Amino acid sequence: MKTNSPDPLTPPVLAVEHLTIAYHTRKGDVEAARDVSFRVREGETVGLVGESGCGKSTIAFGIVNFLGPNGIVKDGEVVFQGYNLVGRSERDLKKLRGDRISMVYQDPMQALNPSVRLGEQLIEVLTFHQDISTTEAGDRCVEMLKRVHMPDPEEVMRRYTHQISGGQQQRVVIAMAMLNNPALLIMDEPTTALDVTVEAAVLDLLEELKTDFRTANVFITHNLGVVARISDYLCVMYAGELVERGGITEIFNRPCHPYTMGLLSCVPKLGESKRDSILYPIRGRVPPPPARPAHECIFAPRCNFATAECRQARPDMLTVDAGHSARCIYAREIDSRPRTRQTKRRALQVEAVSRAGASAEELLSLDKLKVYYPQESNSVVSLLGVGEKKFVKAVDDVSVRLAKGRTLGVVGESGCGKSTLVKGIIGLEQVTDGDIEFLGIDVTRSVSDRDTRLIREMQMVFQNPDATLNPSYSVGKQIARPIRKFKTVARNQVKDEVFRLLRAVRLSGTYYDRLPRQLSGGEKQRVGIARALASRPDLIICDEPVSALDVSVQAAVINLLLDIQESFGSSMIFIAHDLSVVRFFSDDIAVMYLGQIVEVGPADAIYTPPYHPYTEALLSAVPIPDPGAEQTEIRLGGNVPSALNPPPGCRFHTRCPRRKEMLPNGGHICEREVPPWRTSGKGHRILCHIPIETLNQIEPVVHTSDA
Amino acid sequence: METTTSDPTAEELIPPDGGTMRRVPFKRIREAASILFASRVAVVGLAIVLFWVFVAIFAPLLTPYTPLEQDWKAPNQGPSAAHPLGTDELGRDLWSRLIYGARVVLVILPMSEHYWLPGGTALWGVFVALLAGTTLGLLSGYFGGWLDEVVMRLLDAMMAVPIILLFLIIMAALGASAVNVVIAITIVGTPGIARLVRSLTLDIRTREYIRAAETRGENSFYIMFVEILPNARGPIIVDAMLRVGYAIFAMGTLGFLGLGMPPPSPDWGSMVAKGREFILEGSPWASLWPSLAIASLVVGLNLLADGLREESMRYQ
Repeated sequence: MKTNSPDPLTPPVLAVEHLTIAYHTRKGDVEAARDVSFRVREGETVGLVGESGCGKSTIAFGIVNFLGPNGIVKDGEVVFQGYNLVGRSERDLKKLRGDRISMVYQDPMQALNPSVRLGEQLIEVLTFHQDISTTEAGDRCVEMLKRVHMPDPEEVMRRYTHQISGGQQQRVVIAMAMLNNPALLIMDEPTTALDVTVEAAVLDLLEELKTDFRTANVFITHNLGVVARISDYLCVMYAGELVERGGITEIFNRPCHPYTMGLLSCVPKLGESKRDSILYPIRGRVPPPPARPAHECIFAPRCNFATAECRQARPDMLTVDAGHSARCIYAREIDSRPRTRQTKRRALQVEAVSRAGASAEELLSLDKLKVYYPQESNSVVSLLGVGEKKFVKAVDDVSVRLAKGRTLGVVGESGCGKSTLVKGIIGLEQVTDGDIEFLGIDVTRSVSDRDTRLIREMQMVFQNPDATLNPSYSVGKQIARPIRKFKTVARNQVKDEVFRLLRAVRLSGTYYDRLPRQLSGGEKQRVGIARALASRPDLIICDEPVSALDVSVQAAVINLLLDIQESFGSSMIFIAHDLSVVRFFSDDIAVMYLGQIVEVGPADAIYTPPYHPYTEALLSAVPIPDPGAEQTEIRLGGNVPSALNPPPGCRFHTRCPRRKEMLPNGGHICEREVPPWRTSGKGHRILCHIPIETLNQIEPVVHTSDA
Repeated sequence: METTTSDPTAEELIPPDGGTMRRVPFKRIREAASILFASRVAVVGLAIVLFWVFVAIFAPLLTPYTPLEQDWKAPNQGPSAAHPLGTDELGRDLWSRLIYGARVVLVILPMSEHYWLPGGTALWGVFVALLAGTTLGLLSGYFGGWLDEVVMRLLDAMMAVPIILLFLIIMAALGASAVNVVIAITIVGTPGIARLVRSLTLDIRTREYIRAAETRGENSFYIMFVEILPNARGPIIVDAMLRVGYAIFAMGTLGFLGLGMPPPSPDWGSMVAKGREFILEGSPWASLWPSLAIASLVVGLNLLADGLREESMRYQ
């Protein structure tokens, strides 16, 4: 591969050549990766993207031959610093792993031993590979912890895993990986489990370490936004094959493989909304290894450009530019080629619905809603029932309104109380105080005390596709149950109604008898939506309905929800942590922090100044799938405080980057007084001490390249 | 396992025929069978168990003798053409006694002298224990709180008594009869099953489909028995098979101690006890065959349970 790297003469640190990896199973060998080639040079990050099941992790494990008892490298070479790793003995590899080659995995909780102090774990990495004393190793570990911006490193050395936050754990794992100054760092979804603001800080750190240590990095992720920010080169994987390879800007500006094109057009860009753009999902799904076509283009069954020629033979990598190649016979002219199968464009007329909604009556109104969990304590004092009772204030003083036919998006990082909020609304959690009025009726009681007629008007779509359906019953039965229960239609028409609902979520009647385990994640989510629709509710609450899905499927489910809203006129509450998706989907947005709404208003108003300082930080952290995008760098310090003991005054004051510069007296007022609501324009409110005029002067955080 | 071939995206999902239904008869049974036959261990176990079930059902056709028929001229004999497994101290045919003994364990439950219920004593015991244990486990696990505390502490107290001792106490109190053996097996088996079901319930009740049921206002009993229980069936079935093994052991023990079936009836435990005296006199047959029978049946059930557990785990 020719690259336009700064110094093309340096030999690559890692060269993967025609690597094919298979797993032995009872049904014969399954090839999880086929003929994959790429190179990584010093001080360079190569991103490996693709949906789940595309063989990204297999490649990562294959490089260090960590495939488990049934995995084998069938073909190809992995050349690390001129040394072929394939076929090496376990002892040779052990010397390399953790020393010259390091790995960082997705879940830091699993990478760190919970019963050993962090210091000991770090020191062991050094003493195992080098002949140095424990004290010297300890000093070097503290140094390294400082390098990864760990506050109070000496103290951290003495702590256990559970005593530091998730973001800090990942920093420790990264520090551990960098200790021996490795030549190659392999990262498998290192930021996927982290919140967006923490993720941004970890990505900054990785960027910094790359320039300082000149490590060659392999970065695996499914998130196009993350990869756009961190990588120099990009390898797009599909169904075990590398389908496109090239510089990050070239690929994002001119994707030459239909799969890459599809991936890029099915994620909403930050700032896009359902009114001005459409998402294009990729048809079908990644075929499981046994069903993959062997002698034709692997993407042909899902490709909008596929012709008879594509099915003749497996295409080779075709060079488009220097260093940019794609596994498609039409790679060079893909822009101008006619689509053989056009994805039907469905122009959504949400505009009309939303406009009508603005003047329509109120459906749901929350007034000073509080949901507290009593904190159980085993101390003698609390057993005796005396002493102060402690509460986790999961939702504290939330007031918000939702008009008929509109969508309210709720965003916030994990632990901000967005899930508890909707559980309070639907009656799964006992409301501590405050009012919920739904259709003009007070619904503060829990669901078991509610009237059936009320229950049917409020239904929920859940997050995890694998847990949303009862594995014991067929799809048809699960959709029929609410229809029977709420007597939506006469008894003898239940079956027809189920088929009608299946059609509404674009599933054919053959799904009626299927069991959940025979469905893919996206299909399960559709059935979950159909089940929620069965009672014809006025309000559908969607708790992260797409966050567990692959991007191509995510687009299809979002489109489906929009279609449903259009045809059924239902109102929705849409929870997500992905700011681009929420922006795309919602009419109004509420931003939550530590149990409170800090900013609420029409969607477009939230994403432009004036911002709440927290919203500003969120927007500056959100990964944007566009390498040309520029974001003001605002990183929040410290951790999210405990909801058991939230900070007095403004809850955000402990981490607020704006109060010191924008308020007199260093924002002392934020520590003492609860901030007032500042209003800006129609329905846009910000909970902040900083006057609206000052907030208005903040520059927009995001500048996209095409804007 | 079946793989789906359809497409999750819009236009593709409705096939040209508008989506007719295609039912596969006995699909679930076939799937269960495919899991069973995938494991060699389970197949061996199944073969052993089926052998005993077969001889028990067809016992009257498989031997010319009744289990009580005595042949004074041929006591304590080894295997011969007339008596394939030999005879006991009263000259009764051991093969007949063995297979009629299997009937009580696996095929019939004698209620009184003239009435009997289909399904063996061990099976009935485990079945009733399953009903009681499952209900208690579901209630404890789903409701939690003080109900859970009360039920679990009571069951803990029962589990604290050694099993053999518990059997002896119950049988001594109730007297020796097949129905009382069922009661004893039930009482001894219930706490373990309740604990298992409770832990499964605690896990399953956190799933989102349970939230979905709650948000449509289903009552607690519907959620427990319709939403939760079917998803706990795998481990419960495996556990039940092991428990049938324990129950057979327990019946053997009770018979051996003279607390099983009333005397003349063929009972593996009491056969071992009686035949024990003659081992050193050169006729080990009377106690050997029933011992082997108990061992093989228990081992068979364990193999079946292990194989099933392994296979079902693999498919999850």
